[in-house]
Amino acid sequence: MSTPPLSVTPQPSDVQSLKSVNFISGSDSTIRRRLFLSRVFAWCCRIATYSALAALVALLASIIVNCLGRLNLSFITSVNSVDPAEAGILAGLWGSFWLISLTTLMSVPLGIGSAVYLEEYAKDTWLTRVIKVNLSNLAGVPSIVYGMLGLTVFVRMFDLFGSSAAKSKAINLLGIVKIPLPLGDIILAGALTMTLVILPIIIIASQEALRAVPSSIRTASLALGATRWQTIRHQVLPAAMPGISTGVILAVSRAIGDTAPLIMIGALTVARFCPAGIDSPVKLLTEPQRILQAPMDQFTAMPIEIFHWAKQPGDDFSPVAASGIVVLLLVLSVFNGFAVWIRYRTSRGLKW
Amino acid sequence: MSTARPSMFQRSRSANPKEQLIHVLLLCCALVSILTTLGIVVVLLRSAVYNPGPKTAFFEEVSLGEFLTDTRWKPVERSQLSPEADQGHFGIWPLLSGTLMVAVIASLVSVPTGLGAAIYMSEYAGPRERSFLKPVLEILAGIPTVVYGFFALHFITPMILQPVLKHVFGIEIGLFNVASAGIVVGIMVTPMIASLSEDVLRSVPRSLREAGYALGSTRFDVSMRVVVPAALSGILAAFLLAFSRAIGETMAVTIAGGHKVLFSVNPFEEMRTMTGYMVHQSFGDNSADSIQNKSIYAIGLALFVITLSINIASQWILRKFREVYQ
Repeated sequence: MSTPPLSVTPQPSDVQSLKSVNFISGSDSTIRRRLFLSRVFAWCCRIATYSALAALVALLASIIVNCLGRLNLSFITSVNSVDPAEAGILAGLWGSFWLISLTTLMSVPLGIGSAVYLEEYAKDTWLTRVIKVNLSNLAGVPSIVYGMLGLTVFVRMFDLFGSSAAKSKAINLLGIVKIPLPLGDIILAGALTMTLVILPIIIIASQEALRAVPSSIRTASLALGATRWQTIRHQVLPAAMPGISTGVILAVSRAIGDTAPLIMIGALTVARFCPAGIDSPVKLLTEPQRILQAPMDQFTAMPIEIFHWAKQPGDDFSPVAASGIVVLLLVLSVFNGFAVWIRYRTSRGLKW
Repeated sequence: MSTARPSMFQRSRSANPKEQLIHVLLLCCALVSILTTLGIVVVLLRSAVYNPGPKTAFFEEVSLGEFLTDTRWKPVERSQLSPEADQGHFGIWPLLSGTLMVAVIASLVSVPTGLGAAIYMSEYAGPRERSFLKPVLEILAGIPTVVYGFFALHFITPMILQPVLKHVFGIEIGLFNVASAGIVVGIMVTPMIASLSEDVLRSVPRSLREAGYALGSTRFDVSMRVVVPAALSGILAAFLLAFSRAIGETMAVTIAGGHKVLFSVNPFEEMRTMTGYMVHQSFGDNSADSIQNKSIYAIGLALFVITLSINIASQWILRKFREVYQ
């Protein structure tokens, strides 16, 4: 999130410019030395800042150089293979698609709901304070620890239903979808885990967005006779939407790239199939009943496939890994471009 | 409870069942985060410390003293039959040393660059330069960690570390090493230090800077003797957050750090970290009841406790030493 340009910091140009240096210092060498030190310091800071840019350029360059000659259309239309010339990312692309869609469906209402509760409803009780302190701590928990939570609670369900390999029991929904118990390493389990990973990020960003809505909007709405929920639904939430959606997209992009929790819950590293057999957007329309089956299928995700390729010995798979990274970064930049666009679109009509 | 707000809300809430239902639903959303924390604690304690069921937990088989003091990590099942030499060892130090090496190297990289960037952006750069630099740091922060692992393996080690060490110091190093993992983790957390520190530097009031300039200070004097000391607590808190993030970092160190479980302080050695071990074990096909599987919960618990303590320390520093300006 970029901040709007703030007021310019004081610029003591008269101290800095050489003319006044000569005027002040004349013969005094300590002033000259101090100004020299100041200039050296400025250059050190500048170098530190631009070394971050250099790192970014080096990173992108090393990836692009590696992916040249391998990245082509067949890379995104074929599934993984033991032959580096034929390996593709299609299974991971669809796996990530289902995983992220489900994660977004679950985490956005929960996250915005929590933030609305904390900012608009909660009084300053011990429970509220516990929730707030807990949130900032949760945001700092490494995602691999969430993976262990997901493994025990969602994948194995505390072994209450026997081992996950047997998959003996299942809940049948409308005869179309079978939810296995315990869930096992399916997309639904991954999405539940990922929801918990990004929930604190969404809540904290939404809280900030809600806090930025001026209270005059609320009092005006309440004064006109709206109930509390009507005020929130029709005044506060629309006004906070640019901030909330930016936070949501940042959180979701984190979920797209996060690998550790998925590996911990046992997602596949090598999958040669797409969840529920949906391998092209056309099938979403022609065979809609499969949409409900996909969340119950095993899966792999883009970052897992990249991890798998990156750790293959030798250099055979490094162009494949680099191509996978390019696809992943493209997906991420589309997402972030979307965030910029939403921020621009929704903030135009709001003025106070 | 709330005296500041009129009874209007209370009345409308009790009068309107829909409003009341929404209130309860939203409270339930907020409680999910509490449940998550409880879930993490219960899951880790259940497999690591005490299991109420028929199975035993990790620390019921391995003593806490051994876990904290032994310097060997050799996760194999213990039995009466196997000879002394083949017995398992469960000392966390080899894994912890790998993790700490990565975190320390990452700090050496990220603290000077992150702090330098923060000072540059808050004290030197104009609005135009800032509006260009901020997105660069955001992109750097948004790149997934597997990508950094690839970067370490295909750029940092072969293009920088290996040639420099070979030609300057005459040392040959392997493809996997802790130094490259630490460097990329450092690059990864630099934006975090930079943006958090910049926020606190900017919150130092302008009047302090102007007073410094009025007394004849150079920009260096104002930055390093006025602004940075005034913002020190925030900078320290930012550093601690970044350090805890480096400790919990998983994919980059798993890819670049290597496979050996070693108790060492040599940055050019390949070393497995705590997180790397957890990933490695979850690929193995050990049964859920094996000591190897339980050991990842024990390592996870250690990781959780370490990162949580650092985060709490960071929040405490922010609260305790916050400078309040009028």
